[in-house]
Amino acid sequence: MAQVTITVNGKNRTAEVEPRLLLVYFLREQLNLTGTHVGCDTSQCGACTVLIDGRSAKSCTLFAVQADGSEVTTIEGLADGDQLHPLQDAFWEEHGLQCGYCTPGMIMSAVNLLSDNPSPSEPEIRHGLDGNFCRCTGYQHIVNAVQHAAGTASKE
Amino acid sequence: MAASPVLPKLVGQRVKRREDPRLIQGLGTYVDDIKLVGMQHAAFKRSDLAHARILSVDVSEAESMPGVEAVFTGAQIAEFVAPMPIGTPFPSPDHHAVAVGTVRYVGEPVAVVVATDRYVARDAADTIVIDYELLPAVVDPEQAMTGQPAQIHADFENNLAVALVPSGTGVSADLQTVDDTAVDKAFADADVVVSQRMYNQRLAPTAMEPRGVVAQYEPGKDTMTIWSSTQNPHILRSFIAALNGMGQDQVRAIAPEVGGGFGAKINIYGEEYVVAALSKRLGIPLKWAEDRSEAFLATTHGRDIIGYLDLAATSDGKVLGMKLQLIADIGAYNMLLTAAIPTLTMMMANATYDIPAIRTTLTEVFTNKTPTDAYRGAGRPEATYFVERGMDMLARELGMDPGELRRKNFIQPDQFPYATQMGAVYDSGDYEKALDLGLKNAGWDELKQQRDAARAEGRLVGLGLAMYVEVCGLGPSSSLPTGGWEHSQVTIERDGRISATTGASPHGQGNETTFGQMLADQFGVPLEHVTIHHGDTGVVKQGIGTFGSRSQAVGGTAIHLAGGKVKEKMAKFAAALIEAHEDDLVFENGRISVKGVPDSGKTFAEVAGYAYVPVPLPEGLTPGLSEEAFFEPANNTYPFGCHISLLEIDRDTGEPTLLKLVAIDDAGNLINPLIVEGQIHGGLAQGIGQAMIEEVRFSEDGQPLTASFMDYAIPRAADFPRFELDNTVTPTPVNPLGAKGVGEAGTLGSTPCIVSAAVDALSEFGVKHIDMMLRPEKLWRIIHGGQS
Repeated sequence: MAQVTITVNGKNRTAEVEPRLLLVYFLREQLNLTGTHVGCDTSQCGACTVLIDGRSAKSCTLFAVQADGSEVTTIEGLADGDQLHPLQDAFWEEHGLQCGYCTPGMIMSAVNLLSDNPSPSEPEIRHGLDGNFCRCTGYQHIVNAVQHAAGTASKE
Repeated sequence: MAASPVLPKLVGQRVKRREDPRLIQGLGTYVDDIKLVGMQHAAFKRSDLAHARILSVDVSEAESMPGVEAVFTGAQIAEFVAPMPIGTPFPSPDHHAVAVGTVRYVGEPVAVVVATDRYVARDAADTIVIDYELLPAVVDPEQAMTGQPAQIHADFENNLAVALVPSGTGVSADLQTVDDTAVDKAFADADVVVSQRMYNQRLAPTAMEPRGVVAQYEPGKDTMTIWSSTQNPHILRSFIAALNGMGQDQVRAIAPEVGGGFGAKINIYGEEYVVAALSKRLGIPLKWAEDRSEAFLATTHGRDIIGYLDLAATSDGKVLGMKLQLIADIGAYNMLLTAAIPTLTMMMANATYDIPAIRTTLTEVFTNKTPTDAYRGAGRPEATYFVERGMDMLARELGMDPGELRRKNFIQPDQFPYATQMGAVYDSGDYEKALDLGLKNAGWDELKQQRDAARAEGRLVGLGLAMYVEVCGLGPSSSLPTGGWEHSQVTIERDGRISATTGASPHGQGNETTFGQMLADQFGVPLEHVTIHHGDTGVVKQGIGTFGSRSQAVGGTAIHLAGGKVKEKMAKFAAALIEAHEDDLVFENGRISVKGVPDSGKTFAEVAGYAYVPVPLPEGLTPGLSEEAFFEPANNTYPFGCHISLLEIDRDTGEPTLLKLVAIDDAGNLINPLIVEGQIHGGLAQGIGQAMIEEVRFSEDGQPLTASFMDYAIPRAADFPRFELDNTVTPTPVNPLGAKGVGEAGTLGSTPCIVSAAVDALSEFGVKHIDMMLRPEKLWRIIHGGQS
């Protein structure tokens, strides 16, 4: 067992974990943050995407011990109190989700995308979400949502 | 009294989904999010061979591992779990939840481990040693029909699950006599005949949430609760009860948040039976969560059907006759609806056309592959693909515009209801209208000019067009072995809020929103005052489930009818309370008042409160406001549409790029156009995926070659252009809403229109047909004459 201290959604979490424990299962099963999902076992689908030190990362591709000392933000920590993050609001506004399973990871990737490129073109959005699969929406409303959030951001 | 705020009508509006706040904050609860006190985890040891006799299964090491509660082989499981039932009337071989004696596809369970956590369970499963005697793998369905290289099931000679069922013109209702006179004459009279073998390839449905199940048997009460990622908790409840020797009253099935289904979560799976049975046997709550690698092997696949099509026509493009010989590769076993899916391909062989003579035959074949079952569209995209590709070949052969050829053969609006040669009765339609709108929106003539201009520059650009009609809104009970109805109970609570149940258990369709819109309008109350309960047989008394684009047409109508009943009763209470005649009352803006006098009457909540403390009780009324309704439509619905695509193929690499996709869909009346668009987008994505990048492949020895996202391509955002949607509205007379269903529409027109565009792009090479998917290598070989 190994001890890890990870700041998750602003709270310090210290735990004893097996070295092989994936970060996603640490979040889901030890911290009960089940908004981060597991959609594959080969690091393609992106359902498990979280922010680590502000950058998007697939939490099924890291061991919890590798995140020791870092700051992790999950979907549960994205809103500012009752105030939804502009991307959460945009996904709602633009019907950017159906079953909702890919949505947390998709939103976290989009957060990273917009922080790198606040005014992406449509092709830049489509390529920027390459690491996240959605089987329900055909992506069009997801693209609309990211555009919506980018527009909102530029107005602010 | 202050005027009540005016509530807008919601039906027909683009209302934001009520499901979303929880889902965008990670607050939805999917099966694998459930934790119960004392819960243990199951892991399945699966066959890594396609066809083999099991000689021995050594579980000794697994049993000795710390944290392992129990290990069961297939033979041990079979002592208390009977072979799995199916949902169709076709003959079926015994299918054990965990294999007994023989494995018949890679991924078939051979043993199951129960342990304290998922890591330990998986570790223990990995230690199980199985000694096999390898048997020849049956992979090619057409070879399998000759009984070669092996017979998979003892009682199914030549591997025939369904042997050559005829249908169409001249076939008697009992299928016993077949008169080919009309079909033979059509072909004898024809000026032109096009013939083609086509393959509608095997696909993996791939909901983003893999399957999962949690079962909790409570011995003190002798009850079972089972949470499962399923499209139909009521069907699950019936089957789980039956296989555990329990009554349906003792089993509660819950579909919590379900992360997509696409047809593959209709089936009741072995893992569900085993987890439930082991929870009961071991007296512990038990979870199994499928991982993606398992999902590719053990969740049912879709499609996989060969069509031999012959189309006979006059030189001016009137279709005289059609022959369609279908061979479905259903994999190793019959699952819940497996055998019925290809019958829908037969049923829809008329497509949108008035064809005088049709002969279809259907053969279903066992092979050593993952079993097939429903996948979005389920039989209808296959029919659409075969017929529309045939129409495209015919247009090319005759040098006709593909739209004009179709126009010449459409069933006309005044022919509805239209009884087809295949036994369907199309409810309503106006196919020419959809075609015309498609041609107009696509700018068909300009697109042709663009294509020709691009070709003049040496580019390979093609145009494709397809019409579709599908069978949805299933349906009368005669068309569905589970029963073809839906159920709802609508309750006006004592505080004037509305609770409604629906048996149409959603998994992304947004029923909480659309059904809420309907009830809010029906009662003139705010949407926020309506809660739709679903997916829990402990709360929702009865139901069938969500599949076959039926939730709005059938489930929505049940809501509407139950709402109507309770509204009628509520009007009687209101009439007594405000001393008016019930026929003069209107429900609007949160009040029940006399028509034309908005400030008369009482608030909705006041009337509700009175109904539960009715002093005095109006004559002839009983207290309370809760009514239920079953709705069974007299017929299916038949949505239709027109899809047009523009595609370019890179001459140097063979890589196809979809440049444009125009979709016209007619789903009848729409409750929420925003949600409808989302449904169409999703269907298009899966259809385009099939046309361009998706295919489940097996090696010659039955090994899956596409068992992860590394090898099986599901579309990403950059694979698509922006879809251009529009719709015509032809209401169905089959239900009072006039709604037809839309969940599967996008998968129907997209495949043939894209393949036809690819054939058009490569027309200079004399190519007549290209089987899906449009792998660049395949296209490159056509361009470069097969030379590598």
